[in-house]
Amino acid sequence: MTYIEFLQVHGSRMADGTVLTVVQFLLATVVAVVVAVLFGLMRLSRNPGVRGVATVYIEIFRGTSLLVQLFWIFFVLPLFGLNLDKFVAGFLAVGLNMGAYGAELVRGAIRAVPRGQWEAAVALNMTDRKRMWRVILPQALVIMLPPWGNLVIEILKGTALVALISVADLMFEVRQINIATFLSVQAFGTALIVYYVLARFLVTPFMRALERFMSRKIGRA
Amino acid sequence: MIEWRWHLVWELAPRFVDAAGKTLLAAGGGYSIAVVLGLVLVLAQRTRFRPLTFAVREFVELIRSTPLLLQVFFVFYVGPQFGLVLSPWTAGLIAIGLHYGAYLSEVYRGGIESVPAGQWEAAKALNLSVVRTYRRIVIPQALPPAISGMGNYLVGIFKDTPMLSVIGVTELMHTATAVGAESYRYLEPYTMVGAIFLAISLPAAYLISRFEKWVRRTLGMVK
Repeated sequence: MTYIEFLQVHGSRMADGTVLTVVQFLLATVVAVVVAVLFGLMRLSRNPGVRGVATVYIEIFRGTSLLVQLFWIFFVLPLFGLNLDKFVAGFLAVGLNMGAYGAELVRGAIRAVPRGQWEAAVALNMTDRKRMWRVILPQALVIMLPPWGNLVIEILKGTALVALISVADLMFEVRQINIATFLSVQAFGTALIVYYVLARFLVTPFMRALERFMSRKIGRA
Repeated sequence: MIEWRWHLVWELAPRFVDAAGKTLLAAGGGYSIAVVLGLVLVLAQRTRFRPLTFAVREFVELIRSTPLLLQVFFVFYVGPQFGLVLSPWTAGLIAIGLHYGAYLSEVYRGGIESVPAGQWEAAKALNLSVVRTYRRIVIPQALPPAISGMGNYLVGIFKDTPMLSVIGVTELMHTATAVGAESYRYLEPYTMVGAIFLAISLPAAYLISRFEKWVRRTLGMVK
């Protein structure tokens, strides 16, 4: 069987899997961003209780494995009456995990905004909320986008784990193909190339463009 | 609602201690490979032979932008197709060592590039050999900035070892899944795995940051 024939037979399954991988990736990214902003801000709160909750969350999710968290959410939460569909459990686990890493990026970036910016906003009599949304966060966003570029790749790679709870993503499909045909090089090799292309030629250029766009927006082209 | 059974925890404890040892062994073994491989990868990128530099660069990018899980499967299943059967442990250590080797090569590169050009020039002006330049001038200065990255990846490799369970390495995750299949209890095994990971990775992260400070002090680079 040549490689072309292999693709003709199994290509459509892998394409379906790739679509699911991309969907999981996008949803996980949304979850991660929300979690990151929420807990990143909580870490900067003046209230020690709020800060403590965020710290515990971040340490738990960063201190254990994504795979452990995924299995915990999928196999243990139902025992407490919280049944999640495997599709939801998949991107939720990846998003919650990566969000904990993102929260530290958000916190670091906000603290890297120069003090003068905070003082100027206070001097202009802006409300706390307005100061955050109009002055601090836009500048913090430009600071944190480059490390987010790496984190987003980690999210894409993290979604491969959802195959282990039988979400039919690319990883899952090539494993099935491998079991059926034993053509491991072709099956896993193709998947390697697909992930590589997604990361290197779609996600990374997008993040770079976003970086450029955002820094132009705040006048730092 | 389901109740937590302590007696099950005590029953399982010996198996989990054993499995935790194997997890640490996998992490340590994988990291040893990664530390050496990362050095090879970074030195290969510093040669003047263009095709090699380019090939290694792309290889590192490929490894870093594809899932470790996929690489584990690749290493484990590709061998037999060519008549080379690897045990789960061998395949797992190769995959994880390769993955983290690529990451560590980037850490080393950052460290080496942070050494000012004047240091290289001065070493050359003093007619120091290449080995001596690296050993006495470059590495002592490249090390402190690299240690924090190296430490992060040591904790990272530890947390990624559960992925080796998919090819049958009997570490913590594999044991928990086996217990779940035998006893239909998932709450205790998976929670115990999580707790063990926390109990090891949090102190490890703390010790690494202490070590980093110690190295900076010892090399006279207090910040």
